[in-house]
Amino acid sequence: MKTSFIKRGAIWLGAAAVSAAMTTAAWAEPLKVGFVYVGPVGDHGWTYRHDQGRKAIDKAFGDKVKTTLVESVKEGADSERVIRQLAASGHKLIFTTSFGFMNPTLKVAKSFPNVRFEHATGYKQAKNVSTYAARFYQGRHIAGLIAGKMTKSNVIGYIGSFPIPEVVRGINATTLALQKVNPKATVKVVWVNTWYDPGKEGAAAKALIDQGADVIMQHTDSPAAIQAAQERGVWAVGQASDMTHFGPKSHLTAIIDVWDNYYVARTKAVMDGSWKSDDTWDGLKQGMLQMAPYNAAIPADVLAMAKKAQANIIAGTVHPFAGPIKDQMGKEKVPAGKNLDDGSLLSMNWYVQGVQGKLPK
Amino acid sequence: METLTAVLITVIGAATPLVFAATGELVAEKSGVLNLGVEGMMLLGAVAAFAVALTTGSATLGILAGAAAGAALALVFALLTLTLLANQVASGLALTIFGIGVSALIGRSFVGVPLQRLPQLDLPGISDLPILGPLLFSHDALVYLSILAIPATIWFLERSRAGLILRAIGENHQAAHALGHAVIKVRYLAVMFGGAMAGLGGAYLSLAYTPMWAENMTAGRGWIALALVVFATWRPGRLLLGAYLFGGITVAQLHIQGFGFDIPSQFLSMLPYLATIAVLVAISADGARARLNAPASLGRIFYPEA
Repeated sequence: MKTSFIKRGAIWLGAAAVSAAMTTAAWAEPLKVGFVYVGPVGDHGWTYRHDQGRKAIDKAFGDKVKTTLVESVKEGADSERVIRQLAASGHKLIFTTSFGFMNPTLKVAKSFPNVRFEHATGYKQAKNVSTYAARFYQGRHIAGLIAGKMTKSNVIGYIGSFPIPEVVRGINATTLALQKVNPKATVKVVWVNTWYDPGKEGAAAKALIDQGADVIMQHTDSPAAIQAAQERGVWAVGQASDMTHFGPKSHLTAIIDVWDNYYVARTKAVMDGSWKSDDTWDGLKQGMLQMAPYNAAIPADVLAMAKKAQANIIAGTVHPFAGPIKDQMGKEKVPAGKNLDDGSLLSMNWYVQGVQGKLPK
Repeated sequence: METLTAVLITVIGAATPLVFAATGELVAEKSGVLNLGVEGMMLLGAVAAFAVALTTGSATLGILAGAAAGAALALVFALLTLTLLANQVASGLALTIFGIGVSALIGRSFVGVPLQRLPQLDLPGISDLPILGPLLFSHDALVYLSILAIPATIWFLERSRAGLILRAIGENHQAAHALGHAVIKVRYLAVMFGGAMAGLGGAYLSLAYTPMWAENMTAGRGWIALALVVFATWRPGRLLLGAYLFGGITVAQLHIQGFGFDIPSQFLSMLPYLATIAVLVAISADGARARLNAPASLGRIFYPEA
């Protein structure tokens, strides 16, 4: 009887010790944060900037976090497998950084209610799925103003990836700004149906230049278009990262995404338990979007105009989608004195007047 | 007219890496070895060429490094499939995946570094001719090399003794072996030639087409090259035609969009593959005629003792 009591006590003590050890282990265990990228980290564009954000988390929290990345993940079924894998392997916060990861993210989120998900550029939230994006169109507005002043042929070439609202919005913002300063200028769009294929992006840039474009804009991720513009002696605007050194003569500016602060803030929120599902859409004001250094060849008055527009957007006195806005058929979409609301911006699937060609459906 | 010239020059650029990679694969397949690792070998060639050209400042060394790197990776494949008798399809796929990874690893410090484009060889006087000058006489050395590779390959396969032996081995390795030909040795050389050519295709991408290194920058061109070999029914002349057709369609669909024609760009993107499928169907439907050109021992493992 006595021995069995001692035995039982020992077992109980042992169990307590084990559970205590586990608790400390749980405390010491770093928070695992996962990232799913659509392109390679070395694309020097979109994915590269997200990876800079991941590094910012590493820097901010040191041993308290452990970040994992999976790059070049195809949008669709393959991405679901990758996201599920991350969730199942103990990642408590997962960033999925492409529009096409939206449904896979939501699907996985359903089976892992305790894991927090952050989906970039999407529009569907859930209890444990936040969305975030930068108001790229603010940068496109500034790029459009500059392009309108710099073009001589009055044709702006625009390389589109996929006809999703985010890309269409950029094309429209560019066109509206462009026509404000140069009503004769139009935008020619070529869709390459890929986010990342340097060869194809370069060929698209050359095709647009051959058809008369003298300013090339892109919503794809590699610097190939900048190189093509440099080679042919026309202007270009970079995407996601500063691409100046790929075409120092042609690079007017670039619209740079800066995810660092947001990523650090969301990681911190998970750590202190204040994380809530949210929809963040920040822009120039919050610094999620920045303009790369302007090319020295831009005349002073044009530069002043660009900087003024930037300041006005930050101050909130200028909205890139201020009415009146007409669609391609000439139908009024936004009356004068009104701004297009965020909901319509997020689901934009029509071209404004001044864009050439038909939007693929 | 000037626009047309510019468009055609872009087509040449799009076709050249395909000509290199597909010609190399054609020779390897003629010897009876199916190497699906073209994409991986192109990538390794691209990164090696870029790295060497950037660090030494010599484009020539870069081109040689690209070819050498492609051949080196092909040697690994040859070792696996010819000496260790591993399955060719599986090894080729593994080679592609390996090539993607290892090229990204090597290229880590070269991301975002610009490089001077491969110089164009201008012939004074002739290059200034209207239309013909820019179209025919103002390209870089690799473009000329890719075109010269075609008659050279035709001569080798059709006219030279070594080429006849290579084809005999590809048709029936047992019979060739019985006649005393060194099946394994010839296949080693053919596979390595294929690798070197794929490496040159990669070098063209990273030195001339888009002079930079970016991960996975071939973006599927190795697979197009593989399809091209079938499309050309193993004939180098048709291969050249096919490569320019594939390159032409890629560029044309961008122009068609720019002009605002209402054809879905996705439809145009799939045309080259549709054509390949059509050729494949033709081969299986009219076996007697078309299969004459397909190496009968393609993809089959050779057991020397059997």
